[in-house]
Amino acid sequence: MSITQSSASLFTTATEEKEGAFSARYSLWIKEALDELPHSFTITDPFISGHPIVFASPGFLKMTGYSREEVIGRNGRAFQGPKTNRRSIMEIREAIREERPVQVSILNYRKSGSPFWMLFHMIPVFGNDDGRVIHFVAVQVPISGRKMRNGSGCSEMVFGSCRREVCLGSYVHQERALPVECDEQELENWEHCEASESEKLKSVEAVGNVLSVLTRYSEFAGRLVCGKRSCLRVADCLSSSLVISLGRIKQSFVLTNPCLPDMPVVYASDAFLTLTGYKRHEVLGQNCRFLSGVDTDSSVLYEMKECILKGKPCTVQILNYSNRKDKSTFWNLLHISPVRNASGKTAYFVGVQMEASCKDIESKELRPETRQLSVVGAVRVAVRSSFMVTC
Amino acid sequence: MLKIKRVPTVVSNYQKDESADESVGCGRNCLGACCINGARLPLYACKKLDKSGVGEKPVAFLESLVLGEWEDRFQRGLFRYDVTACETKVIPGKYGFVAQLNEGRHLKKRPTEFRVDKVLQSFDGNKFNFTKVGQEELLFQFEAGEDGEVQFFPCMPLDAENSPSVVAINVSPIEYGHVLLIPRVLDCLPQRIDHKSLLLALHMAAEAANPYFRLGYNSLGAFATINHLHFQAYYLAMPFPLEKAPSKKMVTTASGVKISELLSYPVRSLLFEGGSSMQDLSDTVSDACVCLQNNNIPFNILIADCGRQIFLMPQCYAEKQALGEVSPEVLETQVNPAVWEISGHMVLKRKEDYEGASEENAWRLLAEASLSEERFKEVNALIFEAIGCSYQEEELEGTVVEQDNPSGSVNQKSNRTHGGPITNGTASECLVLQ
Repeated sequence: MSITQSSASLFTTATEEKEGAFSARYSLWIKEALDELPHSFTITDPFISGHPIVFASPGFLKMTGYSREEVIGRNGRAFQGPKTNRRSIMEIREAIREERPVQVSILNYRKSGSPFWMLFHMIPVFGNDDGRVIHFVAVQVPISGRKMRNGSGCSEMVFGSCRREVCLGSYVHQERALPVECDEQELENWEHCEASESEKLKSVEAVGNVLSVLTRYSEFAGRLVCGKRSCLRVADCLSSSLVISLGRIKQSFVLTNPCLPDMPVVYASDAFLTLTGYKRHEVLGQNCRFLSGVDTDSSVLYEMKECILKGKPCTVQILNYSNRKDKSTFWNLLHISPVRNASGKTAYFVGVQMEASCKDIESKELRPETRQLSVVGAVRVAVRSSFMVTC
Repeated sequence: MLKIKRVPTVVSNYQKDESADESVGCGRNCLGACCINGARLPLYACKKLDKSGVGEKPVAFLESLVLGEWEDRFQRGLFRYDVTACETKVIPGKYGFVAQLNEGRHLKKRPTEFRVDKVLQSFDGNKFNFTKVGQEELLFQFEAGEDGEVQFFPCMPLDAENSPSVVAINVSPIEYGHVLLIPRVLDCLPQRIDHKSLLLALHMAAEAANPYFRLGYNSLGAFATINHLHFQAYYLAMPFPLEKAPSKKMVTTASGVKISELLSYPVRSLLFEGGSSMQDLSDTVSDACVCLQNNNIPFNILIADCGRQIFLMPQCYAEKQALGEVSPEVLETQVNPAVWEISGHMVLKRKEDYEGASEENAWRLLAEASLSEERFKEVNALIFEAIGCSYQEEELEGTVVEQDNPSGSVNQKSNRTHGGPITNGTASECLVLQ
């Protein structure tokens, strides 16, 4: 199932890119080592916009019927469907937001569209050096038992199988029911499907195995990961939940931290990197002045600095220098504004870039000014809520 | 005549006490006949078909519109205070109640009279209503569209003939992005649920496509402040305690709507979800609300999970308050249990309340608003009859019901049933001085 063809399809390239990003964190042969595990599991990266799957085990692909290319880059919600319990979806979402483990039974759908119940067990994986969540590992254990917590039909099932045992004149230890032929409609209508103790133990074992491989290969790479956060997150590093929220915003923007020396960039959106032609690692930790150049008007820079000191929003038109192939300059209609967190104090400044040539109004779209402000608003909501995470 | 001092929440910069007279040509650029000619707003008409999308996606168009316009008014200084400068925290505990210290929300203390004992009251044009807000407080028009696609018109005239519905800012926001959805604003509907309006609210929740954007509704008697039909909405990127409460299914209606009751939550509530269409879900809840309104039972509604879940909370706090039955410590906080408070988001006026906020305190306060178990059962019976489905409470063996209640029994003074229909008009006029 490995991608060896040198196909020029965009799809394959995107998959390779994401898998490459995953492998980069660990030493060589990490994928092969993970491929050897028998379990069904996926690994996701919260620092990529959309929180996509960056690794899917052969067991997962077999269970769901998808190919690797169809899975890499998708968010885990893609396997949920209309009858998936909303409460379970919320539990998983909240565990991600709070960067903690979760184990929940949930209804998922295969590629064929057929539903199945499984025990979903997810854990965060932390970087040892900076304390942030590097990945989430999610293990899926199919539930074949037929125990249900509440709702009708529970007693019928139990009686049915017991009666059969009695008729056959033999006693079968009923830890889990025989495979019951029930149609998919019934499966979807179950309120809940409790996993057996052995299934729960399986999930714990699987999670442990995956974590062992990741730990070992991260150690080789000199950038250890572990299942427990070993240090408080460093100041210029955002929580994964904040990053996930910011990843929903498709426009170009950065967050800078005014409390750190020289007010460095602590977040840059994908669109910013595309606009400016820089790579993320070139930008993080730097002050935004790398975008200015010889012909950038210094009085505009002064105006920005004044607004930042006063803690006021401002919009300026500034000449920026890109790192794109042609090293072109562009006029940037830049809006900056202080952003407060849950303490009520300013935690960041947001800078929203808009290439001046994009100012033409399309009649069926939001005005560019509104779109620019909507980025500020979305950032405010994300930042204010991210600090209210319970531990 | 019973009187209680209460402090109103100002939702518009033009909200005054009703003694101000309506001068001709008011010059305030409002929505009255004096100013409406030439009024223009963006119009957002949402998809007709039900959405079956999954979870959070990239920021949706409607979300950008709400946030972008809100930020614009924010930077223009139209709000009474910067809500993001108000300290907020999650109270440690099982449910994670959210507390905010906001000393500026309830500043005006001019008394206004507002009957708290009648859920249905006629619209009074002399009192403050949303035709009196300045047009700059309006963000856009919002309609349930006819097409299969979203339609957006950046600058559409406000035409009374079309009975436009609008989204406005709440100038005393609880959180960033706090807006008001005002169905058919120029029709001057009183604060009561009707089928069309609730469906519009559901559409908005679905279009926003963000489970952290909820809509809420307060009936009269359940701390609605203005008798002009409106819903409220804002963003809070975490679950409300109400959304986390476990639930037990009671019935499924003929149209597939599942009705559950919440377990181990301080306010006894119903949860409606499912249905073969958004309309089915909406109509079922509307029928329930109409029943409550006709029986003079105050209630709140929370629309959550992108319109897939609707919580219905009947309450009796105002009546208890008028009869002097609320405990003094709870009264002192001056927190009125409206929809957001019941959902678990508490705005506290005093620093000591904020510093000392605990799950027990929050629970105790909300429990005062809840109907007793007995009364809740009576009310449910009324609702089920109105919806046209029967419910027999089952005595399931071994059904474990969690009673994890930190403050002990939910309703210490529960011998008396509260919140019943007030049949004798002359004997029990309850006025609340605002």
